[in-house]
Amino acid sequence: MTALPRPFAQWFAARGWTLHPHQAAMLDRAQEPALLLVAPTGGGKTLAGFLPTLVELGAQPRPGLHTLYVSPLKALAADIRRNLGTPVAELGLPVRVEDRTGDTPAGQRRRQRADPPQILLTTPESLALMLSYEDAGRTFAGLRRVVVDEIHALAESKRGDQLMLGLARLQRLVPGLRRVGLSATVEDPPALARFLARHPDPCAILHADPGPDPDIAMLEAGPPPWAGGGGRHAIPAILEQIRRHRTTLIFHNTRAQAELFFRDLWLANDDGLPIAIHHGSLAREQRQRVEAAMAAGQLRAVVCTGTLDLGIDWGDVDLVIQVGAPKNVKRLVQRIGRANHRYNAPSKALLVPANRFEVVECAVALEAVRARALDGAPRGPGPRDVLCQHILATAAAGPFDADALHAEVTSAGPYAGLSRPDFDACLDFVATGGYALRAYDRWQRLVRRPDGLWQLRDPRAASGIRMNLGTIVGTETLPVRLRGRGAPLGEVEEDFAATLTPGDSFLIGGEVVRYEGLRELTVEVSRAPGRMPKIAVFGGSKFATSTLLTQRMLDLFAQGAWPGLPQHTADWLALQARVSRLPEPDRLLVESFPHDGREHLCLYGFAGRNGQQTLGLLLTKRLEEAGLNPLGFVASDYATLIWGLDPVTDIAPLLDREGLRAGLEGWLAGNAVMKRTFRAVAIVAGLIDRAAPGLRKTGRQATFSSDILYDTLRRHDPGHLMLAITREEALRGLVDFGRIEEMLDRIGARIDLLRLDRVTPLAAPLMLEPGRVPIHGQGRERLAAEAAARLMAEAGLG
Amino acid sequence: MNGTAVSLAGAELSALPSGALWWPAERLLVVADLHLGRSERLARRGGALLPPYDSADTLARLDAEIAAARPAAVVALGDSFDDAEAGAALPEAARLSLARMMAGRHWVWIAGNHDPGPIEIGGTHRAEWRCGPLVFRHIARPGVEGEVSGHFHPKARVGGLARPCFVLDRARIILPAFGTYTGGLAADAPALAALVSPAACALLVGQPPIRLPLAAAGLRRGVRASPGRRGPAGGLG
Repeated sequence: MTALPRPFAQWFAARGWTLHPHQAAMLDRAQEPALLLVAPTGGGKTLAGFLPTLVELGAQPRPGLHTLYVSPLKALAADIRRNLGTPVAELGLPVRVEDRTGDTPAGQRRRQRADPPQILLTTPESLALMLSYEDAGRTFAGLRRVVVDEIHALAESKRGDQLMLGLARLQRLVPGLRRVGLSATVEDPPALARFLARHPDPCAILHADPGPDPDIAMLEAGPPPWAGGGGRHAIPAILEQIRRHRTTLIFHNTRAQAELFFRDLWLANDDGLPIAIHHGSLAREQRQRVEAAMAAGQLRAVVCTGTLDLGIDWGDVDLVIQVGAPKNVKRLVQRIGRANHRYNAPSKALLVPANRFEVVECAVALEAVRARALDGAPRGPGPRDVLCQHILATAAAGPFDADALHAEVTSAGPYAGLSRPDFDACLDFVATGGYALRAYDRWQRLVRRPDGLWQLRDPRAASGIRMNLGTIVGTETLPVRLRGRGAPLGEVEEDFAATLTPGDSFLIGGEVVRYEGLRELTVEVSRAPGRMPKIAVFGGSKFATSTLLTQRMLDLFAQGAWPGLPQHTADWLALQARVSRLPEPDRLLVESFPHDGREHLCLYGFAGRNGQQTLGLLLTKRLEEAGLNPLGFVASDYATLIWGLDPVTDIAPLLDREGLRAGLEGWLAGNAVMKRTFRAVAIVAGLIDRAAPGLRKTGRQATFSSDILYDTLRRHDPGHLMLAITREEALRGLVDFGRIEEMLDRIGARIDLLRLDRVTPLAAPLMLEPGRVPIHGQGRERLAAEAAARLMAEAGLG
Repeated sequence: MNGTAVSLAGAELSALPSGALWWPAERLLVVADLHLGRSERLARRGGALLPPYDSADTLARLDAEIAAARPAAVVALGDSFDDAEAGAALPEAARLSLARMMAGRHWVWIAGNHDPGPIEIGGTHRAEWRCGPLVFRHIARPGVEGEVSGHFHPKARVGGLARPCFVLDRARIILPAFGTYTGGLAADAPALAALVSPAACALLVGQPPIRLPLAAAGLRRGVRASPGRRGPAGGLG
């Protein structure tokens, strides 16, 4: 074992610290070309990552960049800079530690490129930007190590693919580069190791002691409502928990739910406990105030969303409450780890199911956590829109050779399987647009020089390319401000803003505001305390419940008796078993019943929210073709409920795989989900620019919707690369057809269509679900025409 | 022709679902803002390499209208070409298709802010054009009677549908843009609302035609730039 150098050993001893075994192992194996450390929250990952750097620089001080640290959060980079400052100063190490993110001033960035610090802390986007400059070779000369923090989180999105392409580039600039990944507990560490390492290099995996089992349970708060989310029924019990703990984090799955919950929690907060709210739609200043108050220990509770999932220690959290279904065990475990950020102390967490179905989901999630079972689907191959952007960024840095770039790209784990034709198609798209129609010589972004190298046709294009770097494409949002005063309250999605009429009220930052109007792309509001808000529907990210959890729910149903469930929920399941059936793991239960003058059809596919939503879209289409007049549907993670004018008597033919696939190809292609996906793909791939707020505001651009491009390509160039990528992506993501196929595999031909005379216990909650989708057929046109006729009549214009 | 009957200054017109306007008595077809060559202009100016199918798409739809109506005359209300160079650079196939449509009928190109000068493409070029009680020009003027114009690319939203629309009042008709790559301006945007009477209507293109008061037709979202302004191209919403 490598001995800790004397000054380090003394410094540790002076603080009464000893190295954890995995920290020592990281030091031992510091020379490995790639190393992945898997450790639970609070396991001292960051120190484990930096110790080899500090020891090397302590032994051999040198100028220039030594270690590049990449994290998913700007705030994490800033936090690490502060934390590293202490050992660096106290050990007297000749080491400069600086961060470089989107917030770093331009002057400092320029200086960092010319005279980099020994340790540079950054994000995937900032790294891509640095690599897009001509002088990247000089900036990174001498780099020895790259440390990727929270790599499990990065690997879940395109940011990870972009980062790995960046590392492939770095490795070509500095061949001896060593890679280190720091990960929370994941279900498939070898897959993450392949993602990290240079292909086909091996990557050693180190496991830290997973630590003690967490102390978790369902919060006893009486029967939850039948449907909906939010967990407001549990507010008295949650307030009691807040009183009993130092600091409580209360996680919600969506911003809207967090807002509604926070408002009601505040109304019930008779003791005036200091409680705050934190989520991605709030203005940055407001979030920073909450973070500072939390770090200073001034808050007893924070109501939050995924924005507090990662990273930073903001104070002494001793309880985590998850409101609503956990959806995903891995994420639940990470959230639980936010409590008691200390190694070898159990984290304490409470789950608050917001409705009956969620009681079952929470029960199986608890089992899964205790069994240390983790969910997760295998990662697909690296997406090609990210590759297109990488090729553009490479061209911005200077002329390149296609063969060499292909070799470099396929050394990145996610792109190891990329074929040369696929690479060439991306290069062709970047160079000429890749259109089937070839008549236009002006469609050239890259040109091939006589020496065979590719370069930008117009070098001035490089700055535009740099402005568009990055793989995060947000929905377009509008800032919300109080009329007459400058204070920003936060932002809402444009689609939400489009539904508002003056006088409507909604919640933001825990207060009710009244919509006054839109002024220069700003939503103007006034305070409207005491009014009932219109449901805050902005900013909801709809995670689907994982296959692991839905499978465990079906297994639980099959037990037939449920001593582990609260009585109210066990009774509900027993009643369902009596009047109908419970869904089974290897069969599909479909109920048909009349209700309120409409025919209803309920399919318990347990395919996750997105899959059930897609199933609803495809089935209603087929019902319309069959003349059964569907009127609408609603989907949850567990089932799809369709209503219409006629009963369905034969379901199996409607669910045949080929028919569903054909429906997907034909009809979904024109769907809004595909258009939304196309927009994101087109922005990442560089077909269209990010809407720069500054430009939009000056109104100097006659913009038109990316939907038009999507429709044009479908009509005139159906084989185009952008459509292929869009399709791939939508099938994996929002459409989630994979979950439907998984369900079809699971049920085979075993479909039970039950005709019942009334709504069943399991179907009843679906009747109350929000998010009803009307059928986009003739019916919708008719409704629009009727609405217009009414408006005309009211205005006396009819 | 399957359109919505509209009466203007005594002329009986028909607003077609395609966004074109038909005057049966004169056998006259009117279209606005074709913006031919739009993607070519963006590519030439170093902007995005958008799918180069917009001109062909626009012309194919125009061809279908002409085949159905068999007009004696066609008026294009300006901004027919995205700029003069785009007109000159129109691919041979598009040029031929246009020549075929123009053959045997009177064709008037009204000047727009994108294409102020004549384009070497045949037909008559005019700043504005009168026919009976109606005057045809690119940009509407306040206080006139019987005016048919384009320029604004009006768009409206009702019941979850957002579509290009005609804007109608007693004195004028403003046509939606016919070109494929054209954005929209909310029909209740101040620039438009200032021109028309408070009783103006929006008539959405498509089937079935939907008519509603202009005041209720707003997109209530980012008010788009006036399409007439020239600026750095390429930003798409």
